[in-house]
Amino acid sequence: MRRPNPDAAESHAKITRRSLLLGGVQLGFIGMLGMRMRYLQVEKADEFRLLAEENRVNIRLIPPARGEIFDRNGVPLAQNEPSYRITMVREDAGDVEQVFHRLSNLIELDPDALDRARAEMRRSAPFLPVTIADRVSWEEMSRVSVNTPALPGITPEVGLSRIYPMQEDFAHVVGYVGPVSDYDLSKLEDPDPLLRIPRFQLGKVGVEAKREDALRGKAGTKRVEVNAVGRVMRELSRREGVQGADLQLTIDQRLQSYIQARLEGESAAAVVIDCQNGDLLAVNSAPSFDPNLFVKGISVADYRALTDNKYRPLAAKSIQGTYPPGSTFKMVTALAALEEGIVSADDTVYCPGHLEVSDRRFHCWKRAGHGNMSLQTALRESCDVYFYQVALELGIDKLSAMAARLGLGAKFDLPLSGLAKGLNPSREWKESVRGSDWVPGDTVNASIGQGFVLASPLQLAVMTARLASGLDIVPRLVKSVNGVEAATPQANSLGLNENHLRQIRQGMFAVSNHKRGTAYRSRILEDGFRMAGKTGTSQVRNITAAERAQGVTKNKDLPWERRDHALFVNFAPVDDPKIAVAIVVEHGGGGSTAAAPIARDITLQALHQGEPPLAAYPRRDRGKIEQQQERLRRILPDRHGNRQDRA
Amino acid sequence: MSYLEYNVKTAPTGLRKILFLNWPLILLLAAVSGVGFMMLYSVAGGSFSPWAGAQIKRFALGLGVMIAVAMVPIWFWRSISGAAYGVTIVLLILVEFMGSVGMGAQRWIDLGFMRLQPSELMKITLVMLLASYYDWLPAHKTSRPLWIAIPVLLILLPTALVLRQPDLGTSILLLTGGAMVMFMAGVHWGYFAAVAALAGGIVVGVFQSRGTPWQLLKDYQYRRIDTFLDPSSDPLGAGYHITQSKIALGSGGWTGRGFMQGTQSRLNFLPEKHTDFIFTTLAEEFGFVGAFSLLGLYALIVVFCITAAIANRDRFSSLLILGIGATFFLFFAVNMSMVMGMAPVVGVPLPLVSYGGSAMLVLMMAFGLVQSAHVHRPR
Repeated sequence: MRRPNPDAAESHAKITRRSLLLGGVQLGFIGMLGMRMRYLQVEKADEFRLLAEENRVNIRLIPPARGEIFDRNGVPLAQNEPSYRITMVREDAGDVEQVFHRLSNLIELDPDALDRARAEMRRSAPFLPVTIADRVSWEEMSRVSVNTPALPGITPEVGLSRIYPMQEDFAHVVGYVGPVSDYDLSKLEDPDPLLRIPRFQLGKVGVEAKREDALRGKAGTKRVEVNAVGRVMRELSRREGVQGADLQLTIDQRLQSYIQARLEGESAAAVVIDCQNGDLLAVNSAPSFDPNLFVKGISVADYRALTDNKYRPLAAKSIQGTYPPGSTFKMVTALAALEEGIVSADDTVYCPGHLEVSDRRFHCWKRAGHGNMSLQTALRESCDVYFYQVALELGIDKLSAMAARLGLGAKFDLPLSGLAKGLNPSREWKESVRGSDWVPGDTVNASIGQGFVLASPLQLAVMTARLASGLDIVPRLVKSVNGVEAATPQANSLGLNENHLRQIRQGMFAVSNHKRGTAYRSRILEDGFRMAGKTGTSQVRNITAAERAQGVTKNKDLPWERRDHALFVNFAPVDDPKIAVAIVVEHGGGGSTAAAPIARDITLQALHQGEPPLAAYPRRDRGKIEQQQERLRRILPDRHGNRQDRA
Repeated sequence: MSYLEYNVKTAPTGLRKILFLNWPLILLLAAVSGVGFMMLYSVAGGSFSPWAGAQIKRFALGLGVMIAVAMVPIWFWRSISGAAYGVTIVLLILVEFMGSVGMGAQRWIDLGFMRLQPSELMKITLVMLLASYYDWLPAHKTSRPLWIAIPVLLILLPTALVLRQPDLGTSILLLTGGAMVMFMAGVHWGYFAAVAALAGGIVVGVFQSRGTPWQLLKDYQYRRIDTFLDPSSDPLGAGYHITQSKIALGSGGWTGRGFMQGTQSRLNFLPEKHTDFIFTTLAEEFGFVGAFSLLGLYALIVVFCITAAIANRDRFSSLLILGIGATFFLFFAVNMSMVMGMAPVVGVPLPLVSYGGSAMLVLMMAFGLVQSAHVHRPR
């Protein structure tokens, strides 16, 4: 059944015409390609053959030695260690399996590594060396070297590998290096050709990653002549690269190692900063991990152990963790009130144990109330109601402005991974993020560092250093690059009334030196070393009505994850502040019992640049401290970084 | 003539269809792929792994797919061409948002067992849709502006998406391939002249935009164009590819250095020696004779497509065959021009020879369509 279709014949004829035309063009182009081929391969053949002969000069990269990292006194924190590996050239070896067998009589060979080597040999050209054993000891290396005549094709080679002599003490600061991954390459628009060298390592976290630019150095090149099958015949010329720059950190290794040992068993963070120039003397997070594991390639089991640990060893709590600062924030409230003229040193507020704000009752930690409180006594005894009252008159805008001046909510420019910004809440912040208006109850919570306020231990240390010095201290981590002193940020006056600052410092002095101070038991007795501090205990949960009814408010009755964080900040010596310290013990309970004693030990250790005399401690504690010092002495690495066995 | 007019009884049915396949064409495809296996074996240093073995498996799979596609009546393929185009566009948009990033360009969706490159698939579905469009459109309307605007948009949409990835090579193939189908469908030649003039203007625009915030290509693409224009400007950087590939080609001479005796491609002077630059290995090892023979095989495939299209009185079938033939032509023409220093390095593989799963499978599928059109042609 056919429909008459006048178009059909006409359109088919058109397609035929057009396709013949286009086919002609295509064949014409193919002819042109053929002509070009003839031109290149027949007419120019001699010329290109000559060029191909010259094309035997190959350019190879020479990887630079990575810069090393030292502490402020020149103690090595990250070094390069010669590492030995054994390679084999298939075509020289002849019977590969027999050479493997002979080699296994000399040194221990990993069967997996051998399988990998066999697979690599099948893939690559016969004259290319393939690694069959990596990280071989010097002894094994010598055994192989002596026997090379019996081991055709085997070459012992020397390379450099990264080692961290301080092990877990600097894992969170220095970080570690690892092999270049596809992910690393994908992040870079135009990757350094060095990164494509097999076995090349680059910084993954911490200073190693953030100062990769300085540490890596520049590749050198060598021009080598290769023969027709690509074997290197001789080296023609060599341009040395630039070695990576050595970095010196502001950290004091002895202090850092001491703190790490002191924090053992806790999930805690500690920061020690120089009050006058902002040098970070110690940045600790406990528990920690051994970065050397990551350099070699960590086993799944080891890695699981780290990630499953509820104390989170991989997190750098001192810089990445943010906590409600609790009562350590009270200096901010007090200073803002003094500066705004809302209170003077002598004004008192009556504390009945609670304060009603818009139908809500805010309790003081001391249910019975403190009675009449002045600024100094309120700081000393950490009375909450005093700060509630003052903050209500002050308002959040001025409170948050003062917090910002003291460095809360600021992200400092430090070469560390995952620096936390914390949270210095303001009206605008709540509107844009929470979508609701700021209410007076929020100000009340903020006045004692609860509610929305979050700060990292680093920020708390900076805050304390600024209070102690009155300068706008900015933390610094890198002391020098290749021996050239890094610029110290010029510390200028914060422009705060010196008299007001003195009131705050006196309040803090009373905390750890007055009989009624919250940290009196952690006082320092030694003259010229006395410290001024502030305790903090921050809730990580809301106490439910049911709990309150049952009376379960004691921390020790709660599961670990729900206990309060213990905080302490301090500076010392009180007359001539040199260092500021911030401690957070996660879920440690009260700041005065869990954090203050650690802060005292650290302060004394830092000021004495070593073990302090027992006389610095209150008589009652000396026995206990002596035992502790004895124990820590055993675990601490000696000056050369040789670590004794950890008990 | 439309498929409604077929005398169905004379068309072969069932497995008998196999006898009616265009067997010479299959032999040609197998011969070209065989050249590919040999070269992949050679660049791997005389080894089936990692490339040649995998490529052989893919060819076997592709052959199966081709025969399966050929068994299905061509009118079925015509009826799904719109849907196929739509699905491919959706996939292209998906790679924009969830595709893996490979070599700085988003090109594929990971299906687990293989990586699907929607841009490869687009090359056939676009030709299918254009062929069925011109089959449906009455011939006298072919050159009216409105009826030209529609296919132009159908071509530009995927071209723009692919260019965004960015994959310059494939977008050139889509654009030129689509234009060729329109030309063969009988669109007035004046339009093509106008577009050619416009293209000249765009080239100027691309160069003018360089360095400005709205520059049209990525920096590396500009660098490739630069070095095409003057390879000696950067002999160890980006100009390296072109210079090295010309040296490798030229040093082959009349008869080449012999199988597995190539030095240039072996010494790692050439990057991507198993994909885009595989032709240099052939040219070096088998010389002008080998390279010209491959070109001859390609030319024969193009000729087979054209004669099959002319012999086929179904409008959809002949346009489809011509479109696929033209796309195939563009593949090797662009790749060879690039390798021989006649065009910038844009990243188009040598069809059936270069290592690559998506391209091989999609090409075999396309030739399956050609076979289906051939088997089910009106008699």
